[in-house]
Amino acid sequence: MAGLSFDLIALQLFAGLALGAIYVLFAIGLSLIFGMLTVVNFAHGAFYMVGAYVGLYLISIGGNFWICLVAVPIAIGLFGLAVERVLIRPLYGRGIDYPLLLTFGLSYVMVECVRIAFGKTGYPFDTPEVLQGAVDIGVGYFPLYRLFVIGATAVVLLALWLFLEKTSFGLIIRAGARDPQIVRVLGVDVSKVWLIVFGIGTAIAGFAGLLAAPLQGVIPEMGGTILAEAFVVTVVGGMGSIGGAVLAGLLVGVVVSMTSLFAPEMAKVSIFALMAVVLIVRPQGFFGRAGLMS
Amino acid sequence: MTNKVTKAGSISRRRLLTTASAGAALAVSPFRINLLQAEEAPIKIGFPVPLTGPYGAEAQDQVRAGQLAVAQFNDAGGLNGRKAELVVRDDKLNPGEAATRTLELVEKEKVNFVVGSLSAAVQLAINNVTKERGVIFNSISQSDAINEAADFSKYTFHEALNPHMTSGAVGRYAFAKFGKKVAFLTADYAYGHEMVRGFLEVGKEFNVENLGDIRHPLGTTDFSTLLPRLQALKPDILCISNFGRDQQIALKQATDFGIKKSIQIIAPLLSHASRVAAGPQAFEGVVGGCSFYWGIEDKFASTKAFNDAFRKMYDGKLPTDYGALGYGGVRTVLEAVKGAGSVETDKVVAALEALKYDDYKGPQYYRKCDHQSVQSVLVIKSKSKDMRNESDVFEVLSTEEPNEKYLRTCEALGHKS
Repeated sequence: MAGLSFDLIALQLFAGLALGAIYVLFAIGLSLIFGMLTVVNFAHGAFYMVGAYVGLYLISIGGNFWICLVAVPIAIGLFGLAVERVLIRPLYGRGIDYPLLLTFGLSYVMVECVRIAFGKTGYPFDTPEVLQGAVDIGVGYFPLYRLFVIGATAVVLLALWLFLEKTSFGLIIRAGARDPQIVRVLGVDVSKVWLIVFGIGTAIAGFAGLLAAPLQGVIPEMGGTILAEAFVVTVVGGMGSIGGAVLAGLLVGVVVSMTSLFAPEMAKVSIFALMAVVLIVRPQGFFGRAGLMS
Repeated sequence: MTNKVTKAGSISRRRLLTTASAGAALAVSPFRINLLQAEEAPIKIGFPVPLTGPYGAEAQDQVRAGQLAVAQFNDAGGLNGRKAELVVRDDKLNPGEAATRTLELVEKEKVNFVVGSLSAAVQLAINNVTKERGVIFNSISQSDAINEAADFSKYTFHEALNPHMTSGAVGRYAFAKFGKKVAFLTADYAYGHEMVRGFLEVGKEFNVENLGDIRHPLGTTDFSTLLPRLQALKPDILCISNFGRDQQIALKQATDFGIKKSIQIIAPLLSHASRVAAGPQAFEGVVGGCSFYWGIEDKFASTKAFNDAFRKMYDGKLPTDYGALGYGGVRTVLEAVKGAGSVETDKVVAALEALKYDDYKGPQYYRKCDHQSVQSVLVIKSKSKDMRNESDVFEVLSTEEPNEKYLRTCEALGHKS
């Protein structure tokens, strides 16, 4: 196929960054929970899916997309708090595979419950009216809604950064991740810190699910595919590193997009090829701390 | 289940002996035949379809309508009182899973026939099993390969359309109307490949220019990296050959990218269930083909009867295209059973070959050489306005009448004429 113009390559690059923004949004919640709690949350995709369904439900009872943007993360965050308190907490200090297996099973339960409540077939999820259509970004037309997703991701990242770096509670979280024992000795209730971190992580997952719904509709299995891609992002970025997840997410998006341009059939494989290369050159990922998994 | 096993396991020796001797006495008694007939097992039809996964919505419709065909057969008295039963299995859209489930249906469930599948690739796996075991298989999803001599067997029937017929009908309509420059977005497996081949073949008659074919894996959830390229090719027509959830997402995202402004999107098949699941926006204005649309009930009494029966069984819902295939696939087999007066494979094969039927969409018959159902193809357009009910989603633009000239010839398929 001929016709490779500068505009096309630029547009393709942009499409890659937009796709990367979705990966980032999904992966930071995963990375946050792992970095602070060393819990590999296999139910992250299920929280994402439930977020989309809660949005769908709120709209069906008369809400709108803007209300959902606030209500969904709160609802999923509260749900996450309950899960941490009841299911995850008893497993701390038992080795990394316990919570992994638990969340893996939990994801099956959640998907099955949604199938029972909402049915196995998907639902349409209309793009909010003001965000419909495509706009000219200089090198070609690009869907307005995807631009909105990039913006929303940036806002979430900024808020998360401010929270972790500039508030005293953020300081405690970071200290708790580095050395929980010392923090405990200093009289801080570490279990409360972990509870809140898990809640924030799942709230972001629910938010990401809501944002993904207008892109691809809503279906019980929607968390499955993105989970695999998000793990690649967290591994490439370094398990537990939020900055790494951002860089890796954008990189994965661009790699997929550029491979799509030249060899579309390789696009899916390219993600895993990238991961393999990174793991050979730098086993802990871009910004990963070595030994976190052990 | 466990309960039963323990009971059977602890059966006393005395009991065993009495039962055995009673059985032996029965075996020689003249009453044996009557008794056996009264207790005759139901006619079992194995039904492997992908209930979970990207084609789930369509598969569930297949099951619903298949159940209707069975219910009608039983209400009409079955085969001299012998009832039929549908044994549904989830093949998960995976050839390996489908082969295992089919083998289980044949060996363990002892099904008499197999009807089902919803994938050009998976049906070949099912067919391999049934062919080897000498069980009739009526496929209810698209495939060209299943007609070809290499995969065909005398036990193989194909109630669905095949890609050659479908893309032929849609291509003849679209290339004459919307332009000659065509780009393709294609699901990278048998279904997509066969559709593109069909479009390019009919395209020769119209001097169609192929600008490029971009392939995506089955189960893709984001097309945003493929669409700019397709747009840059500046085709008159973008032909999207994928199915189920892939089709829903591709059309939705193509709409978001503003592709419909300058390009006509066509699809070989527009799935009714997908159109409902994706909503009117995504499918708006897209032209494609289908084997059945409930709206042709003004034209055919059989369609009206099928719609009414379906409505009655499922709270006023109307059947979809793939639902109709589930109905047709099961019904023709049961009709042949009745005609043959037996479930014996060879007799039912002969009865199916002789069948001239009009069960839900006008006249059809199975062509002798490849057992392909010769039938009409509808060219439809998705609408978003003036809908009379929730199933009123398509407008029928034209109908290609049943005619063997729209099929590949028996010789081309490798059959001896």
